[in-house]
Amino acid sequence: MFSTVDPVLLARVQFGLNISFHILFPAINVGLAWVLVYFKRKLAKTGDEAWMDAYRLWVKVFALSFAVGVVSGITMSFQFGTNWPGFMDRAGNVAGPLLGYEVLTAFFLEATFLGIMLFGSNRVSPRVHTLATVLVAVGTSLSTFWILALNSWMQTPTGHEIIDGKIHVVSWWQVIFNPSFPFRLTHMLLASGLTIAFLLAGLSAYRWLRGDRGGDVRAALRTGVFLGAMLIPAQIVVGDLHGLNTLEHQPAKIAAMEGIWKTGTSLPAVLFGWPNEVESRNDWELVAPIPGLASFYLTHDFKGEIQGLEAFPNAHPPVLPVFLAFRIMVGVAMLMLLVSWVGAWQLRRRGEPRPWLARTLVGMTFSGWVAVLAGWYVTEIGRQPFLVYGILRTSEAASKVPAPLIGTSLTLYILLYLFLITSYIAVLFYLARQAARKDGEAFKAEAETPQPVIPNR
Amino acid sequence: MQIHDLSQPAGWLPLVFLGLLALAMLVYVILDGYDLGIGILLRRAGDEEKDMMIASIGPFWDANETWLVLGVGILLTAFPIAHGIILTSLYLPVTLMLIGLILRGVAFDFRVKARAHHKPWWNRAFYTGSLLASLSQGLMLGRYITGFAPGVASWLFAVFVALALAAGYSLLGSCWLILKTSGTLQLRAVRWARGSLWLTALGVAAVSVVTPMVSSRIFDKWFTLDNLVWLFPIPLLTAGLFLWIERLLRAFPDRQAAGDTRHDWLPFVISAGIFLLAFIGLAYSLFPFLVVDRVDIWQAASAPKSLMFLLVGVVIVLPAILFYTVYAYRVFWGKAHPLSYY
Ligand code: HDD
Ligand code: HEM
Ligand code: HEM
Repeated sequence: MFSTVDPVLLARVQFGLNISFHILFPAINVGLAWVLVYFKRKLAKTGDEAWMDAYRLWVKVFALSFAVGVVSGITMSFQFGTNWPGFMDRAGNVAGPLLGYEVLTAFFLEATFLGIMLFGSNRVSPRVHTLATVLVAVGTSLSTFWILALNSWMQTPTGHEIIDGKIHVVSWWQVIFNPSFPFRLTHMLLASGLTIAFLLAGLSAYRWLRGDRGGDVRAALRTGVFLGAMLIPAQIVVGDLHGLNTLEHQPAKIAAMEGIWKTGTSLPAVLFGWPNEVESRNDWELVAPIPGLASFYLTHDFKGEIQGLEAFPNAHPPVLPVFLAFRIMVGVAMLMLLVSWVGAWQLRRRGEPRPWLARTLVGMTFSGWVAVLAGWYVTEIGRQPFLVYGILRTSEAASKVPAPLIGTSLTLYILLYLFLITSYIAVLFYLARQAARKDGEAFKAEAETPQPVIPNR
Repeated sequence: MQIHDLSQPAGWLPLVFLGLLALAMLVYVILDGYDLGIGILLRRAGDEEKDMMIASIGPFWDANETWLVLGVGILLTAFPIAHGIILTSLYLPVTLMLIGLILRGVAFDFRVKARAHHKPWWNRAFYTGSLLASLSQGLMLGRYITGFAPGVASWLFAVFVALALAAGYSLLGSCWLILKTSGTLQLRAVRWARGSLWLTALGVAAVSVVTPMVSSRIFDKWFTLDNLVWLFPIPLLTAGLFLWIERLLRAFPDRQAAGDTRHDWLPFVISAGIFLLAFIGLAYSLFPFLVVDRVDIWQAASAPKSLMFLLVGVVIVLPAILFYTVYAYRVFWGKAHPLSYY
């Protein structure tokens, strides 16, 4: 069935599918781990049981997401060898130790203390239990640090030399703190914070709409909305800086993101269009009415010059997916800004959301996932045709596993992931409904008597 | 075999990393072995027993699997060439193993969080995933030992090793249950352990017989007179352990009836000992090759500078990992309790 398909293409699709599935769960867990620490602190400080109830629901979400994250991560650690032996052969001296440090410093930490965090609360003191929760959170963030160091190095490689075609490290400091790393790490950590903010808000708004208005629902809803409102401006600023950095190091990627075909100055911003690679232009182009806008936000000068795709013959990425994915990410960011600020305002003024807002929040429960995936597609497809930018082409690194074998395993993965993602989302909403039922009586009584607006602290 | 200058980093670093790789794989096989084994046994248990069995591995399974990640990580880091060859040759079983591990890992959580009437399905997924992962690991081992030789005979051998490894994991799993539970479940575990003992023993024997047949180099390593004298204790001890655990298990019900719990831990230690000896024998046969008679550790090793960078981390972090792993096992010491999920 697959024997006529290019094995390199299949290997790429398979890798892309696996990592896309994997990242969904770290995106939740990195942020959620810290939110749980926050819930625990709030409980300790206010003594309000609502925080404990919130913790109880969200730690279940965490356990579930963590399990899916771990097992899909294990798949990832095999993918380098099975799909990209050429990559390990040539870049193993860099990739290996960075992945090794991730395992040593992050994975063992999170996996071991997860046991204590989830099951140990009546076996260790509250203090140790909180420490375990913090260590799990530290572990997830550390793991982001290492894997993004590697990924950023693949985007903007520095600190190495090439001997006999193999990459050797000259300075580990420069390898780890390569030019795009600080931006990428910050952008990803914020992305994770936003993902969990909207998940918190969305699931709580869902409970709210079902008439479940206990203290824990309010607490989680407020946490989500305010966290989102705080993080999104930061994310937009960091994203902009990230773009400037990319312009410096990967100008072809920027040209594809912006749909700029010809080098020029005072370029307008393309709001929407459909890049047409055959004719090197955008169909149905819609340009922002401000002249030189793209030049302005990319170079911070209305007259700035930007190189178009024509400047990179044979070394620029496919334009359409990069262009669209970038617009999806920025579009979601704008939606997030709007919704979280209106939400924060309503919660401050009225103490509770209006139904239309609650419905919007439910609709945006997984908006973080959309933006995260879109962002990674920009980054990764935008790096093509290179695997390590400017050094190693993707086609050189692919495995020689025959296409039917890759195709079969790819089919298995697709089926499994479809099944898991459906179950995961269904169970999340089921857990939210269940949480209501448990303290059902309490919250009903509360909902029926008019509630004083919770004073703002 | 080429002589390497062990006073140079390029000479000794690969040896150190081989040692670490061996440690990671051994710890993985024993630790994840018992929790995979419990997954395989799950099908035979009653409903409440299922919960208790899973409670006995709840806090540990995730960290146990991390040793696999460390093993693959070291292989990838220290011996990238071997990593490429081994994993592409084992493409299919690796995929099946991963799918098995995914299924069981998620089923572990879904079974208590999804709707109650879905629970039996997640239990089935847990069982199927565990069995699939164990069988694929056995298949990988069997293929690896024969140097990925083509032909029906070597595949049959691999299939047999797959079954035997699943039995071995069931042995570890039931011994873990003997350690962590009491009452009727413990008695059932004793029966399961006795049931899996024989296939495990046959598997160890088969691997011991086949490995020297694969390569004349391995044959000579074992069957020259001087070597045989000091190697002989390995098979002898292994056989001794099998007999010991058999007798122990046979006497167990009476012990339990008499209220004697002093030796509940012993079967697990003995079965881990069996795995340890089998592992040592295999490691001795293969050394210093990573792919039988094709790629040795020096040919496959990464640049010394990269290995050195990682070694610094290992020396600092590994003791910490061992320390808190022991700590976590101490926290959950004693008989398992039903899990409360926070
Ligand atoms: C933004 C962060 C991030 C990114 C880009 C990746 N991961 Fe990941 N990974 C995590 C963040 C993370 C995490 C937050 O640490 C885990 C722990 C639980 C979870 O859901 O995600 C995780 C789990 C996890 C595990 C299981 C760890 C365990 O046993 O506890 C492995 C083996 C990997 N990952 C490997 C990879 C590889 C090879 C990647 C890239 C190709 C990768 N991850 C991308
Ligand atoms: C976590 C979020 C990530 C997502 C969603 C993601 C997504 C993708 C996608 C879609 C591709 C295919 C691109 C194409 O073929 O056109 C790809 C390729 C690749 N990525 Fe990532 N990636 C992520 C992170 C990483 C990280 C952290 C690394 C390495 C440390 C990495 C290494 C690679 C490699 C080796 C390829 C294969 C070469 C290729 O097909 O281009 N990726 N990724
Ligand atoms: C207006 C807002 C935003 C801008 C200007 C922006 C900008 C960028 C740019 C330029 C890149 C590609 C960098 C490169 O590969 O060189 C990127 C990647 C990415 N974006 Fe955004 N972004 C914005 C909003 C968001 C939001 C809201 C999220 C998620 C919640 C997000 C998640 C990501 C992720 C996960 C990546 C890939 C990893 C990385 O390169 O950091 N972005 N973003």
